[in-house]
Amino acid sequence: VIAQPMMGTIAPIVMSCVVFAGSAQFAAFGVLTAGGSIVAAAVAGALTNLRFLVAGFAVAPSLKGGRIRRALEGQAVLDPSFALAAREDGSFDRGVLLWSTGVQYVSWIGGTVAGVALAGVQPDPTTYGLDVIMPAFFMTLLVGEVRTHRGVGAIAAVCSAAIAAVCTLVLAPGAPVAVAACASLIGLIRPKDT
Amino acid sequence: MMPGAAIWTLIAMLTMATVIIKGTGPFLLGDHDLPDRLRPAVMLLPTTLMAALITVALMHRSDGAIGWNWAQCVGLLVAAVALFCRAPLILSLGFAVVATATVRALM
Repeated sequence: VIAQPMMGTIAPIVMSCVVFAGSAQFAAFGVLTAGGSIVAAAVAGALTNLRFLVAGFAVAPSLKGGRIRRALEGQAVLDPSFALAAREDGSFDRGVLLWSTGVQYVSWIGGTVAGVALAGVQPDPTTYGLDVIMPAFFMTLLVGEVRTHRGVGAIAAVCSAAIAAVCTLVLAPGAPVAVAACASLIGLIRPKDT
Repeated sequence: MMPGAAIWTLIAMLTMATVIIKGTGPFLLGDHDLPDRLRPAVMLLPTTLMAALITVALMHRSDGAIGWNWAQCVGLLVAAVALFCRAPLILSLGFAVVATATVRALM
């Protein structure tokens, strides 16, 4: 729905099929609609995805096969899949990661097709408050994580939120999340207690 | 409408960037384990990632401009309270949607 006026009908669908990273797609559009260049849009999208670089290193030991196969399986890393697949000991459930991403892939493309088809017909999703579903879903994952990690989890979450808030005001779209994820490093501070 | 070539260039660039970013970690590590010292930080990664994503979402208004999205803040608060009371996921999300829509209708 958002992309249709600017990109036509086919391009957004192809984009969802091959890029398959919602926040990066939205970030790129944010730059385009603000009048930015193609390169600026691509950089914003790439910045938004930077967090997956770290996530890739985190899940790597839990994947299977040789380097190439692991690199391919690593493409399944998405925010919700990553959080759903996380186990308490710091490893990741490969099955959950791949399955949850598969389901999301189908629905993401289905959603894009529907959005393009309905552009102009359907009212803005914000009218019904549906836009809150994504952050609210992240909240359900966050609550689960904090319950698991207790104090240090809550501290890390607060630090990350604070960093993200400040960075949102001063950095390009996408960068804040990657910077804020560095709050995870507080896990290293007192390794002997844990 | 943007010119076609520009759109496809953008899509190609984004695709390559995403594949490289996601593939680098698994490719470099192969079947090696992460160093044990880093494990506590990796365990916290989903937590900080979710917290940051939520914060960034709340700081963007519906038109994409930077500013508190109050309706979403209320919806999220409702969801958090519901989750804290151990309500099921779907119900919590439903509460959040209704609360957000209600605030928008009143504002």
